[in-house]
Amino acid sequence: MSEIVIDIKDLKLQYPDTDVPALNGVTLSVEKGEFVGILGAHGAGKTSLCLSINGIVPNMINADMYGSIEVAGEVPPNIPVRELATKVGSVFDNPEFQMSQLSVLEEVAMGLQNLGVDKETIMANISGALDMVGLAGFEDRSPFEISGGQQQRLAMASALSMKPEILVLDEPTSNLDPIGKEEVFTVTRKINQEEGLTVIIAEHEVEVIAEFADKVVLLEEGVITKIGTPGEVFPELINKESEIGVRVPQVTEFASKAKDRFKGSTPVTLDEAVKGYKK
Amino acid sequence: MSETKLTCNNLSHTYPNGVEAVKDVNVTIDQGEVISVVGQNGSGKTTLVKHFNGLLKPTDGNVLVGELDSLESSVGVMAQQVGYVFQNPNHQIFAPTVKYELSFGLRNIGLEEEEVETRVASIAEAFALTEYLETNPYRLGFSLRKTVGMASIIAMQPNVIILDEPTTGQDFLGVKAIRDSIHKLRDQGKTVIVVSHDMPLVAEETDRVLVMCETELIFDDTPTKLFANDEILNKTNLKPPQISSFATSVGLAKSNNAILSIEDALKATK
Repeated sequence: MSEIVIDIKDLKLQYPDTDVPALNGVTLSVEKGEFVGILGAHGAGKTSLCLSINGIVPNMINADMYGSIEVAGEVPPNIPVRELATKVGSVFDNPEFQMSQLSVLEEVAMGLQNLGVDKETIMANISGALDMVGLAGFEDRSPFEISGGQQQRLAMASALSMKPEILVLDEPTSNLDPIGKEEVFTVTRKINQEEGLTVIIAEHEVEVIAEFADKVVLLEEGVITKIGTPGEVFPELINKESEIGVRVPQVTEFASKAKDRFKGSTPVTLDEAVKGYKK
Repeated sequence: MSETKLTCNNLSHTYPNGVEAVKDVNVTIDQGEVISVVGQNGSGKTTLVKHFNGLLKPTDGNVLVGELDSLESSVGVMAQQVGYVFQNPNHQIFAPTVKYELSFGLRNIGLEEEEVETRVASIAEAFALTEYLETNPYRLGFSLRKTVGMASIIAMQPNVIILDEPTTGQDFLGVKAIRDSIHKLRDQGKTVIVVSHDMPLVAEETDRVLVMCETELIFDDTPTKLFANDEILNKTNLKPPQISSFATSVGLAKSNNAILSIEDALKATK
């Protein structure tokens, strides 16, 4: 059996000054190397789940946490966020908020320097991380004068330089143009497939999730209401979009309305739809 | 309703730092058109639309906003005809309550207090904001805050409304609310100009697309033509909606005419 890298049991999360819990009994286990897409409307708990996995909640953002959570062999609430960052990298929706240095090189170096790693390791890790995200050669550029897609890949490089086992991305492409989105998705898939990193990504682009994810998790009001492969989950969401606040891929909706034109199970990707279509 | 036709004649814009962002654009937009402007970041699309209400003035050529030459008119005057809804509501919203936010522009254009009250009530109703009128906009979630930004502009009843990336960061319901607003504005005969990366929105909600690429306007036609034009799509790295790609792959689309929606694809199978 594969190794479990994230093990969450009956996790409840309550922020101060709110009546409704952000997470209300989430149970989730993720195997090493899995690509997990998290779906849900605004307020369903996607960000809270991501922030629990990387320890930002409750260590940096105060909240009451109940239940159990284990990530890469650590219990996130019990270790400092910067130490957990060596096991869980994080990427957020607004890369500019993560930038603080004058050059791409310094930006990537910062996390490692804070950990007191020696210079040789730092340089090796940086060059490996920049290579992985396709930013080799950008070392001397200002993080504020590169495109949105490049900034987001830089944020990924900063996370990857710490050699994490898991990468958590919370709506990483929300503020990017189509080229930027494509760049980020391509790099995310590459580090998952070639480097074997476990990927947890909250994302509204369901067509991409359907294509990339091994497992899809649907959150509604702080509870996981569906979990399975994209092929299992998306067909079950048809006609429930308004209720759950999540779309299904266009080809999935089309196939559900033109059932007699398709052979086999309901397609969730463009390829499946083209192959399954009876001309 | 009065009309505001927008005309760009050989419009070019070079920023003070020497960067040429828009080069020699000629375009006319009639009252009541629902149109999108697409292209990658840095292609010049935001620079272009900021000329439509005088936020930017041409450095060469000219822009006519109705009867007004933008070089000779103030933003304040043009803004009464052309409203601009910013991508980030935080760049627009400043007031302590939703009610104050919605009434600010109305007072600014010199409406009587009674008229301000009436308009605020009706716009709040139309955008389902009535229950939030006394709330601080910053206590609202992003989608609702975006709705407030949009409502405060629409309350001024401009002839033309520019929506800059209206669906960015929105979930299914947020996107649906934006689409409903576009339908309403269309029915009222408003000109709607949507700057967007959201190709299903462009395909399904707008009648005409302007494609900007490296400062130039390289395409001006319907979404049906755009999503069947591989040359333009490749050059600009724009991806058609998934249903368009599907319909083209399986031969549901006629040559040079893309399928734009699930409904169109269903009709084509009949």
